[in-house]
Amino acid sequence: MSLPTVADDAFELGGKTFRSRFILGSGKFSLDLMQTVVAHAGTEIVTLALRRANVGGPGNILDHIPAGLTLLPNTSGARNADEAIRIARLARELTGGNFVKLEVIPDAKYLLPDNAETIRAIEVLAREGFVALPYMQPDLVAARAMRDAGAAAIMPLAAPIGSNRGLTTRDMIAILIAEIDLPIIVDAGIGRPSEACEAMEMGCAAVMANTAVATAGNVALMAEAFAAAVAAGRLAARAGLGRRLTSGAEASSPLTGFLRN
Amino acid sequence: MQVNGEPMSRGQATTLAAFLEAADFVAARVVVERNGAIVPRAAYADTPVGDDDVLEILFFVGGG
Amino acid sequence: MTMSFAHAPYQAGMEVITSDIGDQILARLADYQPEATAEADVARALAADRLDVGDFGALLSPAARPFLEAMAARARTERRRHFGNAVSLFTPLYLSNHCRNGCVYCGFSAGNTIRRAHLDGAGIERELDAIAATGLQDVLLLTGESRAMSDVDYIGAAVKLAARRFAVVGIEVYPLNTDEYAYLRQCGADYVCVFQETYDPARYLEVHARGPKRVYPYRLDAQERALRAGLRGVAFAALLGLADFRRDAFATGLHAHLIGRAYPRAEISFSLPRLRPHVRNAAENAGEVHEAELLQVMLAYRLFMPHAGMTISSRERAGFRDHVIDLCATKMSAGVRVDIGGHDADEKGDGQFEIADDRDVAAVHAAIVGRGLEPVYRDHVRV
Repeated sequence: MSLPTVADDAFELGGKTFRSRFILGSGKFSLDLMQTVVAHAGTEIVTLALRRANVGGPGNILDHIPAGLTLLPNTSGARNADEAIRIARLARELTGGNFVKLEVIPDAKYLLPDNAETIRAIEVLAREGFVALPYMQPDLVAARAMRDAGAAAIMPLAAPIGSNRGLTTRDMIAILIAEIDLPIIVDAGIGRPSEACEAMEMGCAAVMANTAVATAGNVALMAEAFAAAVAAGRLAARAGLGRRLTSGAEASSPLTGFLRN
Repeated sequence: MQVNGEPMSRGQATTLAAFLEAADFVAARVVVERNGAIVPRAAYADTPVGDDDVLEILFFVGGG
Repeated sequence: MTMSFAHAPYQAGMEVITSDIGDQILARLADYQPEATAEADVARALAADRLDVGDFGALLSPAARPFLEAMAARARTERRRHFGNAVSLFTPLYLSNHCRNGCVYCGFSAGNTIRRAHLDGAGIERELDAIAATGLQDVLLLTGESRAMSDVDYIGAAVKLAARRFAVVGIEVYPLNTDEYAYLRQCGADYVCVFQETYDPARYLEVHARGPKRVYPYRLDAQERALRAGLRGVAFAALLGLADFRRDAFATGLHAHLIGRAYPRAEISFSLPRLRPHVRNAAENAGEVHEAELLQVMLAYRLFMPHAGMTISSRERAGFRDHVIDLCATKMSAGVRVDIGGHDADEKGDGQFEIADDRDVAAVHAAIVGRGLEPVYRDHVRV
């Protein structure tokens, strides 16, 4: 018997095949670090945000992202479906690709997403050929609606964006993994590699992180730590976790003693 | 002309491509919405700009 | 559905719906090898937080036999977690035993010379009144498959009469089209039982010699049509012993699982009829399913779909039924008569099979209480 290898564990999304299951957010660190961080992360997908251009200023981020990576523009700034749709269309014009991470956030305090508006945006964008990856509040009914609307994956939050608080929605994410036949990609809130590893052990298809890497003491080292944790968690999920002994008592008299013939 | 919410002179430029160049935007790195409609990047040279136009010029920045 | 395997052709009037569930079941079933399962697979399945289809298959395998006690312990915990102490009570009411199908295992089979009967409106009312007098609130209406003797209007009229007296009305009649299910729902039907008997297409054709029942995919899609018509619940079963019971149980669980995925609001339940000898077909009993094996299937269903209902048949003896309601089953019949007019009506017809537990409602109620469980007569209110 030959063991499955990392090489035959490709991850498919939107018609593309990826080997890395670590999606890197590009916010909050300097452009000069970008190439080093991407190399250490081994990432194949990088997220970006669209903003009003200013004249001059620092170099453009697209000049710092190595060729061959898949660009995943987000719709940050959108407060409703129409704004998200507009940003997605603009981003597509700029990337030439059809991936979009849908973020619809009408809440300035906690930055929590609006699932209902996100579903509405997916309905429109999926019809236009977008690979729609919705950032969402982990909710089974909403996830089903997103799937039915044409989402390519579901991206539940682990904790509020940028909070580094870890898998606070663990049980809800486990339900999505069990019930939704789409890749489940944990997005937002993961603070440490061990949490990324646990998400992968649970059966997530990939993990996305940004703030946890960008605010680390050494950004490139932390990117590599995340990559290793994601890979380890993926191996564990494929291996099947071993049994955990519980301290439950055995019934004193057999439960099946009533059987005949 | 309105550009990204601010009044701005188009100078001598009569096409979008000329305006972007004169204003120091890198055409390959921006996407432009003119009067609410996305301008295809291949059409910058053929897209006229006038004093009444409203432009949104956007580019990518780091984001999660 | 357009299924990718050979089956008897659809007959006139049978609705074809778009669905890939049948093909998914048969594809997984083709890969399922119960004999190849190792004890380690069973141990892993029992330790899993959430059982997948492979784990379910392992629990149905011969290798799981030494784990029956451990399966029972976990099943009992799951049953308590999802259903508490509640045991729902119901009784079947046979309306008509006229049938066009030639099912080799069935007492109602068209070729059998039995006393045929068909309750009229007054007869149905007398039977329903007699059942209601026992305190039951959930009745399951059954007919044989004869659109001539018991058409949809006839069934609808019976459902209306039942809905006036009972909180919950189930129907176990021949498979219907979506609009017909919608009509019965309008009349007051809550749930639908359609049992595939066997999921093995070749064996299915062998044992269903004639009649509309020969059309495997039309029967298989019945639950989907019922749910599309707005019925609240659907029940699944294989007649264990008709073919390889492990494979049929695997397919039944998979069917329920896939329907649950596609229709998340559906209330899903299992029944577990096993072949019992009856008046005409002792020679046709393909394989005996012993009590331990029946229990293994029940426990595997419970562990695979902890939230699903499970009905234990009066074909099983009282001692078996009283134990399994503690471990996995959630619903049982009481005061059962499988003959036509058995409760009160003048019209009399022969029964479909023999029952092993003929206790009345009071006796079953007492047995449930005696096990520290709670008899439940109605679990919802029609609004």
